[in-house]
Amino acid sequence: MGKEAAKTGPLAHRPDNSAFMQQRLPAWSPMLTTSTVLPFMYCMAVLCLVVGVSLLITVQGTQEMKLDYTEAGTCNNCFQSLKNVSNAGKSCSCRVVFTLEHEFKGDVFFYYGLQNFHQNLRKYMDSRDDAQMVGRKQNLKNPSSYCEPYIRDEKDVPIAPCGAVANSMFNDSFALQYQGQPGDPINTVPLYRKGIAWYTDENVKFRNPHKNKSQTLAQVFEGTTSPPYWQKPVYLLDPLDATNNGFINEDLIVWMREAAFPNFKKLYGVLVRTQEPFTNGLPAGNYSIDIVYNFPVQYFKGRKQVVLSTVTWFGGQNRFLPIAYLVTSGLVFIIAIFLTVIWWKFGKDAKNMNE
Amino acid sequence: MDLSDTPGGPHCLDQYLDQALPGTRTWTRHCPGPGPGPGTARTNIEVVPADLLLLASSDPQGVCLLETANLDGETTLKQRRAVAGLGRPATEFDPENFNCLVVCERPNDNLNHFKCYVERPDKVRVGVGIESLLLRGCTVRNTDQVLGFVVYAGRESKSMLNINRPRYKRSKLERALNRDVLCCVALLFSMCLVGAVGHFMWRRSLPGTPPYLVPDPQGSLDAPSLSAFYMFFTMIILLQILIPISLYVSIELVKMAQVFFITNDVDLYDAEWDRRVQCRALNITEDLGQIQYVFSDKTGTLTENKMVFSRCSVMGTEYPHKENAVRLAVVDEPDPDQEVVFDQRPRRRRPPGWTLAGGEEEEEEESGSGAGQRPHAAPPRSKAARSAHGDVAFSSPLEKEVVPDKALLQQIVKIDFSGGGREVDPYLDFFLALAICNTVVVSTATAQRERLSQLSSGSVSTGPSYALSSLAQKVGSLRRSLASWKPLTRGASPDSQVLAPEEEEEEEVDEEEERGRASGRSGDMDALRSCRLVVDSDEVLFEAESPDEAALVYAAKAYGFTLLARGPASVAVRLPHGERLELEVLDTLSFDAHRKRMSVLVRHPVTGEMVLYTKGADYTLMELLGSPCAEQLNDDQRSVAANCQKHLDQYAKEGLRTLCFTRKTVSEREYSEWSTLRQTALAAMDNRGAQVRDSAVHLERDLSLLGATGIVDRLQDSVPDTIEALREAGIQVWVLTGDKPETAVNIAYACRLLDEGDMVINMSSKDKRQCASMLDCTLEAVRRYPPGPDGAVTDPTVAMVIDGRTLAMALESDLQERFVELARRCRSVLCCRVTPVQKSAVVKVIRDKLKVMTLAVGDGANDVNMIQAADVGIGISGQEGMQAVMASDFAICRFKHLRKLVLVHGHWCHSRLAHMIVYFFYKNVAYVNLLFWYQFYCGFSGTTVIDIWLVIFFNLFYTSVPPIMFGIMDRDVSAETLMGLPELYRLGQGEYKSSIFWVAILDAFYQSLVCFFIPYLTYRGSDVDVFTFGTPLNTVSLFTVLLHLSIEIKAWTAVHWGVMMGSVGVFFVSILAYNALCVTCNPPANPYWTLQAQMGDPVFYLVCLLTTVVALLPRYTFHVLRNTLRPSPLLLARNLERLAPAARRRWTQGWRGGTRGAAAEGTPREERTAPGEEGPSPTWTPPRPPRDTTTNAT
Repeated sequence: MGKEAAKTGPLAHRPDNSAFMQQRLPAWSPMLTTSTVLPFMYCMAVLCLVVGVSLLITVQGTQEMKLDYTEAGTCNNCFQSLKNVSNAGKSCSCRVVFTLEHEFKGDVFFYYGLQNFHQNLRKYMDSRDDAQMVGRKQNLKNPSSYCEPYIRDEKDVPIAPCGAVANSMFNDSFALQYQGQPGDPINTVPLYRKGIAWYTDENVKFRNPHKNKSQTLAQVFEGTTSPPYWQKPVYLLDPLDATNNGFINEDLIVWMREAAFPNFKKLYGVLVRTQEPFTNGLPAGNYSIDIVYNFPVQYFKGRKQVVLSTVTWFGGQNRFLPIAYLVTSGLVFIIAIFLTVIWWKFGKDAKNMNE
Repeated sequence: MDLSDTPGGPHCLDQYLDQALPGTRTWTRHCPGPGPGPGTARTNIEVVPADLLLLASSDPQGVCLLETANLDGETTLKQRRAVAGLGRPATEFDPENFNCLVVCERPNDNLNHFKCYVERPDKVRVGVGIESLLLRGCTVRNTDQVLGFVVYAGRESKSMLNINRPRYKRSKLERALNRDVLCCVALLFSMCLVGAVGHFMWRRSLPGTPPYLVPDPQGSLDAPSLSAFYMFFTMIILLQILIPISLYVSIELVKMAQVFFITNDVDLYDAEWDRRVQCRALNITEDLGQIQYVFSDKTGTLTENKMVFSRCSVMGTEYPHKENAVRLAVVDEPDPDQEVVFDQRPRRRRPPGWTLAGGEEEEEEESGSGAGQRPHAAPPRSKAARSAHGDVAFSSPLEKEVVPDKALLQQIVKIDFSGGGREVDPYLDFFLALAICNTVVVSTATAQRERLSQLSSGSVSTGPSYALSSLAQKVGSLRRSLASWKPLTRGASPDSQVLAPEEEEEEEVDEEEERGRASGRSGDMDALRSCRLVVDSDEVLFEAESPDEAALVYAAKAYGFTLLARGPASVAVRLPHGERLELEVLDTLSFDAHRKRMSVLVRHPVTGEMVLYTKGADYTLMELLGSPCAEQLNDDQRSVAANCQKHLDQYAKEGLRTLCFTRKTVSEREYSEWSTLRQTALAAMDNRGAQVRDSAVHLERDLSLLGATGIVDRLQDSVPDTIEALREAGIQVWVLTGDKPETAVNIAYACRLLDEGDMVINMSSKDKRQCASMLDCTLEAVRRYPPGPDGAVTDPTVAMVIDGRTLAMALESDLQERFVELARRCRSVLCCRVTPVQKSAVVKVIRDKLKVMTLAVGDGANDVNMIQAADVGIGISGQEGMQAVMASDFAICRFKHLRKLVLVHGHWCHSRLAHMIVYFFYKNVAYVNLLFWYQFYCGFSGTTVIDIWLVIFFNLFYTSVPPIMFGIMDRDVSAETLMGLPELYRLGQGEYKSSIFWVAILDAFYQSLVCFFIPYLTYRGSDVDVFTFGTPLNTVSLFTVLLHLSIEIKAWTAVHWGVMMGSVGVFFVSILAYNALCVTCNPPANPYWTLQAQMGDPVFYLVCLLTTVVALLPRYTFHVLRNTLRPSPLLLARNLERLAPAARRRWTQGWRGGTRGAAAEGTPREERTAPGEEGPSPTWTPPRPPRDTTTNAT
């Protein structure tokens, strides 16, 4: 407007006669009529069909095995014993056996699953301190108030890692054994327990507090205490691998990524395919899992599972996507045919008009 | 009256005190501007800047003439007198020595009352009333200098106090919007309730205290019921974006942009005044698209309020003034360069007769251009090029210059001015009557020149070259037309209206060039003045009470009969040969509404004969013709009357204002008799008016007819087309005028408010019973016809003419219902003789009773009430001051602009805003429901599955610009099509309905279900975490809402593409950045790297594709089906735009024919009323007078 004010003369206030000002910008006006959308509809139907079929073929090649061990086998004893609150701290071991009918080819992923465990409650999700877990010294001893009521124990010692999420960490552990046929030698199935968390989580989001070369991890965490439900301090979470302790313990990291739904699984380990007979994956046969049964589920009608799964380029065994694509393809196709009929019968006017 | 009565707030009180103390004088002006109180202001400006107490004027008697048109619309001159008793005349009055105390009443809004006294230094108090107050906004006339004392200024001035604050207007759409927002609130509460109850049930179902239930710091858990109670409020916070707060902001933004585009529309720009359309109300643009009733003023709104002498009939011979008509028609000459997209009215009528369309125009029409009819159809590019030369300065004809008719000139030439022939020559009498039978005051040219120089000094011209050439042309044409004068004027006195020798004239033209450069103001008046200054150096200017009188005097002047001066007892006329004729005025029988005529009784100086010249409406004068000795009337006289009547009928049909002129020689005896009668009447105490009237009637008889004149109140450019377009758009047009019915009806026919085929109901009754019975009868008759979709009877079209008195009765509460019922069935209504209050009463009654959207358009102060009463008030910024504009919501310069303003901008604004609002509701519901569905999987704990910042950003950044841009720039149908097919307007009125709202909400529910559950089913049972799951939800929503919008967008311009792409781009870039940078920045949420992780996962893309397709499939299919099976006319119209112009025209005709029959939209065409006529009729047939279907009571 300032430009206009500068103008003088008889036509000083004449508006700018540009296409934009006069709302005459060249425009493309798509017309959604049968004649224009039919090609698009058929293309869409074919596209969905192709995707659906290819997904379906991919999914057919995957294997998955779910084993609910909550009350299975000897674990029933543990389940019953945990019902007694006084046994909460005691360790209980049990074994579950199962048989794989088919060989699991390729990379096999070992998950533990929980049902009816709401990691996605608002208060629960908020009960954590990322600043503490990224290794900031001042947050180690002064956890965020979000962690209430798991900030400090009764003796006012700060909890590391603080909060309800860390406190409720899943603490069963598994050891998988393979026995091809009864009487065959028992092979321990090697599981790679690192690399199960996101790379960025491991390297950016979760760091141990800075320590000198001389310090041990225990010294770094001195002055803190482990969450009340934990049986081990945070610097001893993985007794086998010293580098997998503290906040960068991968089980902890995996747990800290709160699941979106109450029924979820979390990665526990990946099959190491370096030695026979596991170079091609898991062979068919009998397996047993030795479980250290610590995690109580009776408070929320929960179930615990072990899931073995092979993966494809689009993740684990997921039968929904291919089916959904196929159904959509069919739907679009039916609509397209319907519109074709409409076009054939009624669309002539529009056709004439476009001539 | 004490000091506390003095005006002014505390800020000026000090000065009042100073002033109040006798003997002190304060000349300081602490109050900004012409502050009230201390100073005396000396003004020679035309418009009074503040309320002034008149102390002295340049007039020896201390009289000042004032025009109050700005305040009350009256154009008559009013007299104001200087405060009496101050003694000295103006020349001696010295403001420095003014040493009086002025005490006046508190500022009030009464324009006709003022109380004040002036205390002179000698303690004598002089009472002062309204007769000495110059009100702010009035125009000082015929007075060179005025000295006044500022009593009220600024907001305290009476005119400002009279301006009512415009009532706060909220558009219809916003009212509907508020209702739907309440629906959203209800929806929100029910969703929150579901959440609270769900949480309670979930908590109750838990067998123990699971580790994921976080206790409070004391280690105890809330009871399920308490927790559920809290949850209700948590849910409100979570789901509150369901209430579209951003919508209100967006609406404001969109309206601002809409106003910007309206004001920048070059078609709504008036070059003559150099004014754009003004949007004074920013919040009711979309109401322009909802108009169902238009109430229009007539004079100055439909017409130009410039009376022009058009033709006359003298002694039974018609002088059509063809040259004059041609000159008048020059304005209407269509711009041949204009490109016209398609003809809007294939079978329209010829333009009204008086524009006297030449052959060229006819050809133009046949070639289908019709540019003259709709000059704004195509953007006037060529005009832009031309206007650089300033042709617009002369776009209006020289109203006051009448080109004489050659034949009539010959007649005048024949008059033997020497000797006794003059008193018998009827032509001489006719022009004398024209010149003197009026109340016109002559003013000197000097005063006018001063004003002119003031006007021109303020501005600078840029493009004078065209103006000059045009000026030269005009002078030339004038010279040509006056060529026949030469023999006459040769040897005449130099000060007469004589053409100077050629060389001299050239020089003067050069001078005028200079002046033309100086005067840049592109008003035709200036042009007119400057032009006249060239031609005759001695200028006379006429100040007339009514423009008709001025037009007649100017016409007489064109033939050489120049009114030179008018005194109380004499009138001076210059005759064509230059002789000055002074006539003694014995009496003036002024105009009154009952007689409908006025007379001047003069004594001829030469013959000593007393002559009564009477001017008046034809039907009253025709009755008074002849005499007791009518039998002896020669055939000549009788044929004169007959011929004249014929011509009068012809004039009336053409919509001219007709006046008859008669003369009567009064004998001495008759005069002396009458004179005594007159004196008694004037002296009478009671019933004086009637007696005076009777005395006038007594003299005005046995008149002999001289001739008749036809005066054009020219319709404004394109008024008939505009009215017809409005009517075709389904708008009922009412014209409310203070004029008399005859003129009003004529104009109504001329501007196609009334059509030939219309059934015209003439309502005119004297008492209420009659009025009631008329209403009943008419209603009975009209009810027989089936009403159209909007209630108006369309076959045949019913129109009503009602006069003010009947209207007043009809608006009384007991008859109101019936009147409204009848009016509803009329396509157009013409109210004559209505007062400003009645105007607003009509608008209010129709608006409230029929619950319709009303628009009032007017230009004068008398329209202010109406403009404020209507839903949309439009002021025409014309000659009658700014009152109407000040009260209006939109100010336009020409009535024709209404067409584009309403039909195009109104439609666009409403359609855009309606679609945008529905879309906003949809968008919010669709998005919020994602959060809501997730509550079923998180124990109704109020978890946001999408990072809370992204939820906020989603509405704020990612999806806000596209709908706003949609609301600003979407173009469902182009302007050309909307102008060409006014029927589309009505169809655009239903864009925002509750059904559309609920469909949008249902669609939003469906889409949110799809957008939630396809990702849910995909990720169910996997190791997905909360925010990773939220990422595809968010992305899918973005695509769905944007693609949903792209289904709704009707015209994709580069801006649309840019904004759409930009939104997606901003979404990804900003979220990627946020997720990469924010490791712990937003505790306790932890969205770090989620989008990056998802974008590396093919499932993400598969989910996005599938969900978007499934979510949009129903709407897409629905649109396709509707567009194919039952395309809306708007869509068809859009389709038309793609066709080649020829095919488009063919289609338009066919389509219009089709829809008109189906929707019963349009007005009846000629082919309906006259089935025999096919195709465009070759000649325009003048409208017949109204056919009365009911008994006319008068």
